[in-house]
Amino acid sequence: MSNNIYLKQGLNIPIEGAAVQSTKKVIKPEVVALKPTDFRGLVPKLLVREGDKVLAGSPVLADKMSQKILFTSPVSGEVIAIVRGEKRKLLEVRIKADETQEYVDFGTRKPSEMTAEEIKEHLLASGLWPALVQRPYGIIANPELKPKAIFASAFSTAPLAANAEYAYRADLEDIQTAINALSKLTDGGFHLSLNGDNYSGTPFHKLENVIMHTFTGKHPAGNVGVQIHHISPIMKGETVWTVSMPMLAAIGRLFNTGKYNVKRKVAVTGPAAVSPAYVEGFPGMAMKDIAEFCDKNVKTRFISGDVLTGTAVGEEGFLGFFDDQITLIKEGDEYEMFGWAKPFRCSQFSASRAYFSWLSPKKRYNMDTNLHGGVRAFVLSDVYSKVLPMKLFPVHLLKACLANDIDKMEQLGIYEVLPEDFALCEFVCPSKIEIQQIISDGIDLMLKEMA
Amino acid sequence: MNGLRKFQDKIAPTFEKGKGKLGFLHSTFDAFDTFLFVPKTVTHRGSHVRDCVDLKRVMILVVFALLPAMLFGTWNVGYQYAAAHGLDWGFWAQFGHGLLKVIPLYLVSYIVGLAIEFTSAQIRGHEVNEGYLVTGMIIPLIVPVDVPLWMLAIAVAFAVIIGKEVFGGTGMNIWNPALLARAFLFFSYPSAMSGDKVWYADFPNLMGEANNHLVDGFTGATPLANASLDGLAANGYDFMNMFLGTVPGSVGETSVVAILIGAVILLWTGVASWKIMLSSVLGGLAIGYLGYACGSTDLPGYYQLIMGGFMFGTVFMATDPVSSAQTETGKWIYGFLVGALAVTVRLWNPGYPEGMMLAILLMNTFAPLIDNYVIEISTKRRLKRNKIA
Repeated sequence: MSNNIYLKQGLNIPIEGAAVQSTKKVIKPEVVALKPTDFRGLVPKLLVREGDKVLAGSPVLADKMSQKILFTSPVSGEVIAIVRGEKRKLLEVRIKADETQEYVDFGTRKPSEMTAEEIKEHLLASGLWPALVQRPYGIIANPELKPKAIFASAFSTAPLAANAEYAYRADLEDIQTAINALSKLTDGGFHLSLNGDNYSGTPFHKLENVIMHTFTGKHPAGNVGVQIHHISPIMKGETVWTVSMPMLAAIGRLFNTGKYNVKRKVAVTGPAAVSPAYVEGFPGMAMKDIAEFCDKNVKTRFISGDVLTGTAVGEEGFLGFFDDQITLIKEGDEYEMFGWAKPFRCSQFSASRAYFSWLSPKKRYNMDTNLHGGVRAFVLSDVYSKVLPMKLFPVHLLKACLANDIDKMEQLGIYEVLPEDFALCEFVCPSKIEIQQIISDGIDLMLKEMA
Repeated sequence: MNGLRKFQDKIAPTFEKGKGKLGFLHSTFDAFDTFLFVPKTVTHRGSHVRDCVDLKRVMILVVFALLPAMLFGTWNVGYQYAAAHGLDWGFWAQFGHGLLKVIPLYLVSYIVGLAIEFTSAQIRGHEVNEGYLVTGMIIPLIVPVDVPLWMLAIAVAFAVIIGKEVFGGTGMNIWNPALLARAFLFFSYPSAMSGDKVWYADFPNLMGEANNHLVDGFTGATPLANASLDGLAANGYDFMNMFLGTVPGSVGETSVVAILIGAVILLWTGVASWKIMLSSVLGGLAIGYLGYACGSTDLPGYYQLIMGGFMFGTVFMATDPVSSAQTETGKWIYGFLVGALAVTVRLWNPGYPEGMMLAILLMNTFAPLIDNYVIEISTKRRLKRNKIA
């Protein structure tokens, strides 16, 4: 434990609605969706038509740039709708699930007996390759590359995030298999970061074939990007891959059972959730399947993911590929009289000392989606670095992104960041600037210019 | 409460941009509406929940922090007047006299400044920024109480238009707008801004009268004009009354005590940077003692902190987050140089008894350069570290 990395900067958002550690139900799939929008920079190629029959693991989409990369159906059933948006952009492929689930058999394999190439082919064919995220930029990993190292975080510090120990305890063996497989794809080893506060309490410290790190601190200490920054920062020309816990479990299951089985425990959380708990679900599951958690009298926003980085998918939406959490919060489309002028505003949270939330550190807040102010230019310069445990100049990086200045973005560390790392900066910003969007646009520009 | 909301909702369509009859006043309506109510806007991208702090709150905190200096200054105006005339006034009489003098300054500052802010927001179709709440609060505190109101109006207009709006409004300016107003007055109307005559209400008129009521031996000079131990003693200034602020000077700058109360509010709420405040004080002390050591002044270095506008500038103006350095290392350098330059001007430039305004404006100009070098060095170090690893 001597090499524990303590991160001073950060913020745990005290939002109410944490899920109790019990699994309330197992989702029986009806209509599920595969969403190409879950993957940054993906240009999808459709491989199915409406009416086609698919099995769990049958290819549905491919990456137009590298057609070896397949995206497969999480369930067996029939393609019932292909949803497109503006300019015919592909948004969703909806699949109606069969009564009984049938899986494509990829065959059980032992990673120890496979070469790196075989492992890659296996992952590509099964549709689990997109689980590997490549940095810089947070895009789907390029199978032609050998990354500097592979990183994973075994804990999440995001608001109301699923508890990794509870959610993946049963998957320990599969996770080990996945680590064995993935560590063959790099020379830099598989780096796993554990929560320093719970090092001996977590089953993950028994995992082998990994390089362990421990981190202590508030959110975003659990973000893999922040961890990489402290373990081995990404410089120009380097690539690293990251993978999440639910995806490790799915990859291990593929090797151990030969099936594309992405089931995971999904935490249904949030202040608008009625008795929040876990459900056993899978990516692509419909929000309708958790309708009983939603209070019908409240205008609710359905978020796939956490409140900082998740996507508002709506009541009719579906869970994202990488997400193991659903957050329900109230839409805050109400006026608040003299809000900013009230000396006390006890029902609202502020990380700053401009209000008095610091007097009640244990309190949990019923937060809503109100912006709490108008959008302004950057004024305060030091609020951001207080919640960003990375040696960066956040305001300057953001301004470089706004100015489309690629050289400056490079110097200021665009390779090391993803929007999620800046989510807390956005939360605390008194000027209400859409910081994650700025970073995201900056990354898109880099992708375009560097391609 | 709900009645007011209903009224606002009812008249809102009249001000709708491009549609309503008074659509050209959209920004003005919006400014009043958001003043009364936190708008119902919801997040639509990025973080779904937001901190409840906004710029209105931040700005009102700064105004709040300025209140002690303002109230003290108001009283001091009356107190100085009474002292100069040998009047036996009570506290309320002094305060009341001060109010009569200070309120017109505030009226001019806010009416002129806000009118320009609203107009330019209107022209650009933006929301009205709240930055002027603070600027307008500061300007009357850093001018002599007897400055002619028309001069103040021109200075305010200059500061808001040239200092802020041409750059794009709050957050985009490179100089502190309030100081720019003072600099404008200082260079355009020097006779109204310094010397012995300007620090007392109605002073020039009284001096002109043959049979004035001033007490004997009264000179009207501020401590800075007599910055030596003998000079201070001859005018009845000592450490204590300069610290408390019962000396002549610009309205809000005299009382170190009142300013420190403001400083505590600013630092506690995190609006102003303690690094800038501390390093500015260190810079002032360093040069103050240097001057003391090499005989340029017989005042120990700490006297520099309590005379003139040093503390007011350090606490309220050098720390302006927009025009100061924005990197943490840069803040140390910037603050130190502000303090050091201010005292340097005081000690070695006979033309200007006070150097705080010039020091801050100069460092405002150089703040982006400081940041640039800090970032460059840090980037290079980062690259080097990685090569070794």
